[in-house]
Amino acid sequence: MTGTRITDSRRATIAATALAVGALLVALSGCGAADMTKQSSPFAAAKGAKSVTLSVQSWVGAQANVAVATYLLEHEMDYRVDTVQVDEIPAWDALSQGRVDAILEDWGHADQEKRYVEEKKTITAGGDLGVTGHIGWFVPKYWADAHPDVTDWKNLNKYAGQLRTAESGGKGQLMDGSPSYVTNDKALVKNLKLNFDVVFAGSEAAQITQIQQFAKARKPFLTYWYEPQWLFNEVPMKEVALPAYTAKCGDKGIEDPKSVDCAYPSTPLQKYFNTEFTRTGGDAATFLKNFRWTKDDQNKVSAMIASQGLTADEAAERWVKQNPDIWKKWLPGRK
Amino acid sequence: MTATTADSAGTGTPRSAKDGAERLRAALLHRWPGKLLVLAVVAAVLVPVANAHWGSGLWPGALTVDVSRPLGDVSDWIIDNRDTHPLFLYFLGYLSNAVIIAVRAVYLLLLALGWTGVTAAATLVAWRVAGPRIALTALISFLVSGLLGMWVPTMQTLALMVVAVVVSAVVGAVLGLAGGLSDRLFRLLRPVLDTMQVLPAFAYLLPVVLVFGIGVPAALLATVVYAAPPMARLTALGLRGADAGVLEAVTSLGSTARQRLITARLPLARKEILLGLNQTIMMALSMAVIASLIGAAGLGDRVYQALASVDVGGALAAAVPIVLLAVVMDRTTAAAGARLGSEPSGPRAVRGRRGWALAVAVTAVVAVAGRLAGSTLWPNGATIAIARPVNDFKGWMVDHLYSGVPVVGGTADWAAHFTSWVLDPLRDGLTGLPWWGALLIVAALAWLIGTWQTALTAVLALCAIGVLGMWKPSMDTLSQVLAALAVTLVVGFGIGVLAAGSRRTEAVLRPVLDVMQTMPQFVYLIPVVALFAVGRAPAAAAAVVYALPAVIRITTQGLRQVDPAAVEAARSLGATRWQTLRQVQLPLARPALLLAVNQGVVLVLAVVIIGGLVGGGALGYDVVTGLATGDLAVGLVAGVAIVCLGLMLDRVTQPTERRTRKGA
Repeated sequence: MTGTRITDSRRATIAATALAVGALLVALSGCGAADMTKQSSPFAAAKGAKSVTLSVQSWVGAQANVAVATYLLEHEMDYRVDTVQVDEIPAWDALSQGRVDAILEDWGHADQEKRYVEEKKTITAGGDLGVTGHIGWFVPKYWADAHPDVTDWKNLNKYAGQLRTAESGGKGQLMDGSPSYVTNDKALVKNLKLNFDVVFAGSEAAQITQIQQFAKARKPFLTYWYEPQWLFNEVPMKEVALPAYTAKCGDKGIEDPKSVDCAYPSTPLQKYFNTEFTRTGGDAATFLKNFRWTKDDQNKVSAMIASQGLTADEAAERWVKQNPDIWKKWLPGRK
Repeated sequence: MTATTADSAGTGTPRSAKDGAERLRAALLHRWPGKLLVLAVVAAVLVPVANAHWGSGLWPGALTVDVSRPLGDVSDWIIDNRDTHPLFLYFLGYLSNAVIIAVRAVYLLLLALGWTGVTAAATLVAWRVAGPRIALTALISFLVSGLLGMWVPTMQTLALMVVAVVVSAVVGAVLGLAGGLSDRLFRLLRPVLDTMQVLPAFAYLLPVVLVFGIGVPAALLATVVYAAPPMARLTALGLRGADAGVLEAVTSLGSTARQRLITARLPLARKEILLGLNQTIMMALSMAVIASLIGAAGLGDRVYQALASVDVGGALAAAVPIVLLAVVMDRTTAAAGARLGSEPSGPRAVRGRRGWALAVAVTAVVAVAGRLAGSTLWPNGATIAIARPVNDFKGWMVDHLYSGVPVVGGTADWAAHFTSWVLDPLRDGLTGLPWWGALLIVAALAWLIGTWQTALTAVLALCAIGVLGMWKPSMDTLSQVLAALAVTLVVGFGIGVLAAGSRRTEAVLRPVLDVMQTMPQFVYLIPVVALFAVGRAPAAAAAVVYALPAVIRITTQGLRQVDPAAVEAARSLGATRWQTLRQVQLPLARPALLLAVNQGVVLVLAVVIIGGLVGGGALGYDVVTGLATGDLAVGLVAGVAIVCLGLMLDRVTQPTERRTRKGA
């Protein structure tokens, strides 16, 4: 019987420990309400380091921004930087919850801006990145040179046959990328009465890989694509002119996305910060607010990452070494 | 990894394979004409009515329900109330905080131990639990993770895994205990666990994200949902299977029910419980990468980020530690299970508690030594960059195989043929099939292979898809699953037969299959695009790679377990090897082969969906869209459709035999 007594007492100890741990957890989580807006990553600020969490989007341009910011924060300002890859809209959500501190490149999300910046005020606008983004339809230069009229949308139907693939069936293929990217292509194809099928590559990586394959075989293709983009250096492309963008058409598109029948607008890319971070982020917040560069700079870094096989960190280091006069202005207190 | 579940299910076969096959054949022979007749009668009555009312072709619009409005409202409500509503402030918020604190605690402990301490601890634990060979594997694995420059992400993944496995094991054990002790709970629990195992994890990422936001808590909870069922299943199985004689003896000694549980039933079920833990660990690890879609940091995130820049080498560098962690954990827990109850070995000084004390002491010494020698993080200089050579190799492969290879044609040509000769006709056929026709076929298949209950579940699942308005994309996904499954089965059975015939082939195959099973699917999504062009073909190719190991393993095992006497008898009658295989071994191994088909279906479906990331379209694309745009209406409906499709396919391919054997 002594045996059972020992197990009983041990069980009591286990229960007590469990209770103590539970109580500790409750105490640690701040007694009372658990604030869902203040939840940083468990890996942030390990060992008391000052740390920043940046959101990285899946395209390489966004990676270039983050790479350079990370490099400077770590090497010039002694921060530890964590990065999280998140899609665009969930990134807004993560930003409002404090899971990430900053988005460095946003392509325009009116709904999210209204909800978080204007109404909830959990996110604060961080100003221009300095780069203007443009979305459009592109064809490879080698093909456009042979058939100059392909760069006008009115002639696209003539070439549908050449653009057919196994995936697009009897129609021409218009290749789109990730579903998270801003796109009206399905509406455009329908409203412009084009004999095309929109095939979604599913991710930017898949789309780039496919474009590279087409280019290698010098095959014609038509793709949704955007600037700034490093791939233009590797595969030169020409834009297909769509009916010009007008404010009226843009407003109509916001009302009913299915009615869009004009080109995409050009978007000055924006930075956004977690509101709490703008208050308590100190030097890092000031630095990120000052961060502003050009399309060329971004493309240089992107190309090093994506086509020269450098790691993001190496690419950032190279750019930082070559362009001190640009980034020195961003550092707080040395303006 | 789910395949290991199958393996474990297969371990019960030797005894029952033969009579199982007999029973199955008897059942099929005697009942199927009757079942078909009943169905034919039902069809003759109902089809004209349905046809007159709603017409043929795709699922009738009159029978669909549009749930996008209410779902959109739910989503808005959650976002607007997440910071203020008591449900979040006093319950979910705590849950989320507890997860963060727990993961952080483990992570800080790992960092404090430093790379020397962690490596020593892992090696010594493996040595104590599983012996010197596996200890060496553990040592090498951790060193390789460091060499690849992945130390910090590996520790992040490890911290997440430790917490996820502990939570899954506790949840699973509690459920399993309940199911093991009470018959009623067991009956209730069984369909729930069955369903949880056919759900592709991809489908329920979105709701978790909406509630908890992107990040570790969401990732951890999704992992627990995925990883807890095997623990529950096997714990219940172990408790129910305890030797009646022993229990009788213990009862006769006058012990109470609780004492009986603790002194007899639980110890007797130790093997099953350990196996459950092993399965739970493997499934949790396989979730590590998928969870990176919703912001779980660590190795999975590195794989995902590398993919975004088409960096296969970088993805591989992060994937190798995942594979190694999986191998070490699998071997350690498997060896621990195998060694249970055997005599302790080795010199006295290292046995039992003394051995553990020694292990702790050595770890402490090594950790302190590492700290004194320098940083606790892996030294920056001591890494090997494998990314570039791997990318060069991929480039070479693509350059030479993509197209224009003499005689056989390039991979792009095969993919195009596969798309237009197999995928397209299948898709056209399935979408051209009248909706009631599809229901009838499913009912017939499920009923022939199972019971009327399984048939009903399958039909209802298919109806749910129609009602949700997802009929067409679901048929598209189904066509991809069927095409990939056909390839998987042809190749898998072929290799399985070869491996069953030769121990050497099997030994060579084993590490290859291990890697294929544990390698995160994201890693080969980009190479398959490079080889097969964007579209449904690369999704199918990736699915084949993923599902093949399970099919091969179950086939091999099934053939091996065929009664040697039967094979011998056939040989002595002068049967050739081919005849023996076709007329004796394959029929006798039928339950195993059916199980292989079933596992193939579940695994193929899981990857075909992820194929949405490389142009697979259909349901997978909708889930990705939902995740990427935070659109519950799109993502959740597609997710539910995937779940229904999974249920339907499982029931259509699930032999009743498996249920009775698994017993859980």
